[in-house]
Amino acid sequence: MSKQAIMAWEDLALGTAILSPGNAKELRTGDWRSLKPKLDEEKCIKCSLCAMYCPEFCISVDAEGFYRPDFYYCKGCGVCANECPKDAITMGKEGE
Amino acid sequence: MLRDVDLSGYEKVTAKNIPWEKFITSGHRACQGCAEVLAMGMVMKAAGPETIVCNATGCMEIITSPFPQSAWTVPWLHVAFENAAAVASGVESATRALERKGKLKKRPKIIAFAGDGGTADIGLQALSGALERGHDFVYVCLDNEAYMNTGIQRSSSTPYGAMTTTSPPGKKSIGQRTWKKNMAMIAAAHEIPYVATASPAYHLDLFNKVKKALAVEGPAYLHIFATCPTGWRSDPAKSVELCRLAVQSKVFPLYEVVGGQYIITQKVKKPKPVTDYFKLQRRFRHLTPDAVEYIQSRVDEEYARLEAFEKATAPLEEVAEPPTEG
Repeated sequence: MSKQAIMAWEDLALGTAILSPGNAKELRTGDWRSLKPKLDEEKCIKCSLCAMYCPEFCISVDAEGFYRPDFYYCKGCGVCANECPKDAITMGKEGE
Repeated sequence: MLRDVDLSGYEKVTAKNIPWEKFITSGHRACQGCAEVLAMGMVMKAAGPETIVCNATGCMEIITSPFPQSAWTVPWLHVAFENAAAVASGVESATRALERKGKLKKRPKIIAFAGDGGTADIGLQALSGALERGHDFVYVCLDNEAYMNTGIQRSSSTPYGAMTTTSPPGKKSIGQRTWKKNMAMIAAAHEIPYVATASPAYHLDLFNKVKKALAVEGPAYLHIFATCPTGWRSDPAKSVELCRLAVQSKVFPLYEVVGGQYIITQKVKKPKPVTDYFKLQRRFRHLTPDAVEYIQSRVDEEYARLEAFEKATAPLEEVAEPPTEG
């Protein structure tokens, strides 16, 4: 069996069940991104609304209490920048 | 008919005890700015880990479970397009049987997710049957107003005037010719203990509705509005804003029906014109002022009807004792 194939039918679990829960987190969705959110710590009031409305569920709180996206997953949709009540998040072009 | 609903198991969610633990991991394949997966993630946050999910075919099934990966960390079951409610009732009956035989200490919560096509068109009779049989589960319809995963075909939940690939606007067509099917009212007509509409833009309201739906004994139905930037031709960044504007312009009022009693949970005191909601979306751009006026008048009419329902089903206030003479 070639190493490129996902798996052979003999290896499939009963009912083709996926036995490792949440393994979609191996997928790097961050490379879909063309815009990148940038947080202005001066303006941020740590209200957590960006984390609440992130459709990618990739924003979490860091040691200082700021909410930071995980760029391995962030698709750059811009919902966090649009919903920020203090306009502390701006969207810049990826790679700049 | 009004009846008492036992909400003793319901624990109110406030800004202080927001559930943060997620049961849909990052790395799912939803489009940028998908409010549908956001809404589903919020429902799962409120539901917690002891949940079995039955997911009908649709966007949410496709983006979370491309083999051999899955974004779910709770037991999850993909079923055909039409039978999410039927499968959920089977799962519920199985857990009851296991509990009766002493093999299960505590029954898990059972949630069925389906899109608007899987609920209002294809899955309607399975849903109706499950609601009528009174299984203890929550059915969540994630309404993005068309069949988005197959390429934006109209469903019966598509609003009047919207452009889809099977309701194209032109000289002889306005787009979708019929009004949106009122699925929540259809579910409420089954006289189940709990029916609610929710929007991910009002997250606390949504969390509390999920908690109430899970707390009641018997079936509950949640209708959640969700933006689809791909199908609505809107800016992904405005997804949550559109969910909010739909409520503020009365297009999608948020209410709950608890044991037959209608309660509007987000009262719209200063409604925005529907054009505020329409102009962010390409699918409504062809509408003429006459069409917008018709939609505005019908939206206002439907909201007034909902207010009348609320008034008509309000519990009778205790009659004050007549003043004694003298």
